[in-house]
Amino acid sequence: MSTTVTAPSEAPVFYVVDEHPHPEGHSTALGFWIYLMSDCLIFAILFATFGVLGGNYAAGPGPRDLFDLNLVALNTTMLLLSSITYGFAMLAMDKDRVKATQFWLVITGLFGLAFLSIELYEFHHMIAEGATPQRSAFLSAFFTLVGTHGLHVTFGIIWLVTLMVQVHQRGLVVANKRRLMCLSMFWHFLDVVWIGVFTFVYLLGMLR
Amino acid sequence: MSANAHNDAHGHDVHAELGVAHGSMRSYMTGFVLSVILTAVPFWLVMSGKIGNPTWTAAIVLVFAVVQIVVHMIYFLHMNFKSEGGWSMLALVFTLIVVGIAMAGSLWVMYHLNTNMMPSHDMRQML
Repeated sequence: MSTTVTAPSEAPVFYVVDEHPHPEGHSTALGFWIYLMSDCLIFAILFATFGVLGGNYAAGPGPRDLFDLNLVALNTTMLLLSSITYGFAMLAMDKDRVKATQFWLVITGLFGLAFLSIELYEFHHMIAEGATPQRSAFLSAFFTLVGTHGLHVTFGIIWLVTLMVQVHQRGLVVANKRRLMCLSMFWHFLDVVWIGVFTFVYLLGMLR
Repeated sequence: MSANAHNDAHGHDVHAELGVAHGSMRSYMTGFVLSVILTAVPFWLVMSGKIGNPTWTAAIVLVFAVVQIVVHMIYFLHMNFKSEGGWSMLALVFTLIVVGIAMAGSLWVMYHLNTNMMPSHDMRQML
C-alpha cells in the first residue's frame, strides 16, 4: 500500500495523458501494407501447395506439354510495363497534374487488361486441350495459384477504374491521393507475386 | 491565397502524414531497367538452355527472382527502414519469416512423406 500512496506530482505516469493528434488517414499506408502482407501469406500457401503437388501429373500433361514460354514472357512484359506506367501516374499525381495522372492510369489499365487477356487465352487453350483443373493435382494447384493472381489483377483493374471516376469527379484531393497510393502498393505487390509465379511455376516447371 | 498554394500545402500534408517515401523518375526508371534485365536473363537461360545442367539453371533463375523481388521492393514499393517508423519493415520481416517457415516446412515434410511412404510395389509384403 505504501508504494501507491505518493504525492500526485511524483506519481509515475503509465500512459500518455495528451494523445498526439491523428490526422485522417495517417495510418492507412501501414494498415494497407499489413493487408498486403496477409495477402502475401495467401500466396505463400498457394505456392507451397504448388510446390508439393506440382509434380503429380496423374499421367496427364506436364509443364513442358502445356506452357509456352513466349506467351509467358509476353505476359510478364505487360505486367512489368503496367508497373512502370503506374509509377508515372504516381509521379504525375505528386505534381497535381490531373490529366497526366488519368492518362497513365488508362495506360496502366490497358496493360493490365492485356495481361488478363493473355492469361485467359492461355487458360482457354489449356482447358480446350483437356488440361482442366480436375485433370491432375499439378493442374489444380496451377489453376488455383495463377487464377488467384489473375483474380487480384481483375479486382485491381476494377479498383483502378473506380479511382479514375473519383479523380474525374473530385480531382486530386488528399483522399484520392491516399487511395491512389494504396492501389499503387497493391499493383506493385501483384507484380512482385508474378515474379514468383513466372519463376516458380513456369521457368522451374520447364526445367523439371 | 491561391488554390495552387493550397494544393501544395495539402500535397505536403499527405506525404508527411502518410509517411510515404517518394519515388522519383530516376528511381522508377532504375527499377524498371533492372527488372527488365532481371526478367530477360532467366527467360533467356531457360528458353535457350544455355546452361546444360537443369539444377544449376534452376538455382540461377531463383537467385535472379530473389534479386528482382528486392529491386521491386526498393524502387516500386519504396521499402526502407524508415517508412512508418520502421513498422512496415517489421511487418515485412515477420511475414517473410512466416512465409519461410510455411514454404520450407511444407516442401520438406511433404518431400519426405513422398519418399518414405510411397506404397511399396513388392507385393510379398502384403501377404
